[in-house]
Amino acid sequence: MFDTLTDRFDGIFKRLRGRGHLGDAEVGEVLREIRVALLEADVSLEVVRDLVERIRARCSGAELSKSLTPAQQVIKVVNEELTATLGGEAFRLAYAPRPPTVVLLAGLQGAGKTTAAAALALWFKQQGRHPLLVGADLQRPAAVEQLRVLGRGVGAAVFSEGTDPVAVATKGVEEAVRVGRDVVVVDTAGRLAIDEDLMDEVRRVAAAVKPHYTFFVVDAMTGQDAVRSATAFGEALDLDGVILTKIDGDARGGAALSVKHVVGKPIAFVSTGERPESFEAFHPDRMASRILGMGDVLTLIERAEREYDAGAAEKAVERLRAGRFTLEDFHDQLQQMKRMGPLQSVLGMLPGVPKEVRDAQIDDRDVARVEAIIRSMTPAERDDPSLINGSRRLRIAAGSGRTTSDVNNLLRQFKEMQKLMRSGGAVGAAARAGARKAKKVKGGRVTPSLKDAGSLR
Amino acid sequence: MTIVLIVVIVLLLALLGAGTATVVRRNQSGLGGRPSGPTITPAEPQPDRPGGTDVVAESGEALAPPDGRPRLADRLGRAKSLFGTSLAAIRGRARIDDATFEELEEALLLADVGLPLTNRLLADLRDRVRSGEAGDSPTALLDLLKSDVVALFAGEDRELQVASDPPSVWLFVGVNGVGKTTTIGKLAAREGASGRSVVVAAGDTFRAAAGDQLAMWAERSGADIVRGADGADPSSVVFDAVQHAAARGADLVLADTAGRLHTKVNLMDELRKVRRVAARPPGTVTEVLLVLDATTGQNGLVQAREFAEAVEVTGVVLTKLDGTAKGGIVCAIRSELGLPIKLVGLGEGAGDLVPFDPEEFADALFA
Ligand SMILES: Nc1nc2c(ncn2[C@@H]2O[C@H](COP(=O)(O)OP(=O)(O)O)[C@@H](O)[C@H]2O)c(=O)[nH]1
Ligand SMILES: [Mg+2]
Repeated sequence: MFDTLTDRFDGIFKRLRGRGHLGDAEVGEVLREIRVALLEADVSLEVVRDLVERIRARCSGAELSKSLTPAQQVIKVVNEELTATLGGEAFRLAYAPRPPTVVLLAGLQGAGKTTAAAALALWFKQQGRHPLLVGADLQRPAAVEQLRVLGRGVGAAVFSEGTDPVAVATKGVEEAVRVGRDVVVVDTAGRLAIDEDLMDEVRRVAAAVKPHYTFFVVDAMTGQDAVRSATAFGEALDLDGVILTKIDGDARGGAALSVKHVVGKPIAFVSTGERPESFEAFHPDRMASRILGMGDVLTLIERAEREYDAGAAEKAVERLRAGRFTLEDFHDQLQQMKRMGPLQSVLGMLPGVPKEVRDAQIDDRDVARVEAIIRSMTPAERDDPSLINGSRRLRIAAGSGRTTSDVNNLLRQFKEMQKLMRSGGAVGAAARAGARKAKKVKGGRVTPSLKDAGSLR
Repeated sequence: MTIVLIVVIVLLLALLGAGTATVVRRNQSGLGGRPSGPTITPAEPQPDRPGGTDVVAESGEALAPPDGRPRLADRLGRAKSLFGTSLAAIRGRARIDDATFEELEEALLLADVGLPLTNRLLADLRDRVRSGEAGDSPTALLDLLKSDVVALFAGEDRELQVASDPPSVWLFVGVNGVGKTTTIGKLAAREGASGRSVVVAAGDTFRAAAGDQLAMWAERSGADIVRGADGADPSSVVFDAVQHAAARGADLVLADTAGRLHTKVNLMDELRKVRRVAARPPGTVTEVLLVLDATTGQNGLVQAREFAEAVEVTGVVLTKLDGTAKGGIVCAIRSELGLPIKLVGLGEGAGDLVPFDPEEFADALFA
């Protein structure tokens, strides 16, 4: 969802990186671009202003650091301010000491409450709980029926009766006690923030069932209204968190930022599709760095300076440029990189990485297997894999505890990559090919066009 | 420096993929999770649903024509009292200055008009202030901007078309939860009341109880409904509805479809097929209406573009304008894509649907 915003920030920072000195004019220009990027992502005007002013104040004044270039400083400030807006603590759910734990969902019409209710029920079941769904949307035609069908699908009982939402909710909780359910999820009708009668009604539902958790459900495609609605719901109800729905589209998700800002409560869950399984707990910290798209560049640079042998890295770059990057180089660099932390986290921190690569999962055990194969080769073989004949192959396979076809595959793949690097003359080709390859392994799903990895620097 | 890290990671991914291991995606986006492909119609006819399709005869008395049509202006009172913008301040001022333009910009952005169009409208306004055309009163400036917004919608054909040979098909498309089914319910009441005989097609066979929802609306308005089994091919439901309408001599088929994000390739293909099938004789597709929620932000433009490209959208229905949202994204949709805005939803009741009125809309935008 946040990819387009990510791309925008990427672009801004990339241009910054090339500059030495940043005067007020340049800072102003960057701030304007940041403003545009945020507004186009539907971040609320109020939040955008607030952010831009904080960034401006910090960039044009006091906080000068000697170890960072001006450009790096701007990046650092933007990073910290955005993280402060987005981040904060992740939502944590604690079950009521005396069950049932009651969860109330509220929001505008069409936000996705009923689907989220069923998804939550499934989520609770996966946590080993026994949820009861309560259908208190007695307004929209067939809303209760929808909940019943979904409840059946996820294997959760559904309670609803009559025409009074307050009574239904109250009885629903009693029913849960009676039949021994330890979680109750109450679905309510969609309502407009300005509909005083209906806002009062949901307030009464809350007063009656005293929910342990009240979630505001909001569509990720919402524009500037997100703030108005969230404010009104936040005033009417004691919100504990937000459920952000439909994030599987291409909306830039600024609503997430805005709602977080005005409600002051974390995004607890996101729904990523229409099925109840497409629902997950949310991690604000991960969102922050993903929106920034720069990963945590500064941490990375710091760590690299500490852990990486600069001379060796320099040499590796040269060999890359010349198209003479061997298995030996690869193995050496991999060892250095591992000193910087788990590879997965390094990957998460890398700036400007194409989405396909960013989303890959690296299992350290798989990495160990690759290393084992390379280590079982002699230095000469690593330098020139064409030396590897049948008997050498057997030896390498035996030495690494893998099969000869594993060895073959690895060699073939490496050769292909080398060829690509050479033909492209640029490293971008490798990045592109690697990404494509990684994608293919994932099962040949069609994914949106690859970002031009050749522009990486 | 980072380049080495990236190359190593990329190489590593490639090698991991080389058979020694698997690389999995953390999140699988791109394709929809629904069963794709055309038909999942049950092979054997169910006892109560001959041929997989269920035709419910007209029942219930027709709704009385909505008397005293709701007006956007009437609904605005509530929103205004709670969320008045700073524009009131503009009117009081004596001179036009930078602050005036900032306030206008704020009003447009808060209404979701979007930055590109906002910039364009304001640049034009500045030119006219410079040339003296706008006078020097902020009130006049605001009125000028309002008329510019109204002018965006000039010349649009807001008529809902019918074919000379019935039945005409009006197809409703859009993302999830925007109000497609509700709009059909309202239109069934309206068209029925104006003497047309209406058949509604429950083409949302995906969302749980979507058919029941439409059935309740059909019952209220006395329209026939044609339904399929859950998970049935929506185009076959629409096809059956057209056949039924033709057999009964009905004028109009209002075809519901499941909500879908415009990014889901297979679901957009499914929609193309629905449109194709609906256009088979004796049916004529005379309207493909994109239903858009007024709370939608800048993504609305992308939605409109994608749906228009896939199924030749003929107009937009802007729903939920009775809330605090202004629906300014339709300005961008109109000016970028040229799509007319045809109807406005002002509530959940059968009568809460009105023709789009640019003047009222522009007033509300700056209220
Ligand atoms: N306030 C208001 N609610 C609306 C309007 N149109 C639809 N709704 C509500 O929005 C929700 C989603 O509508 P629905 O027709 O099911 O959307 P669909 O998924 O596109 O078919 C329902 O709760 C409707 O009652 C409108 O104009 N104003
Ligand atoms: Mg529907």
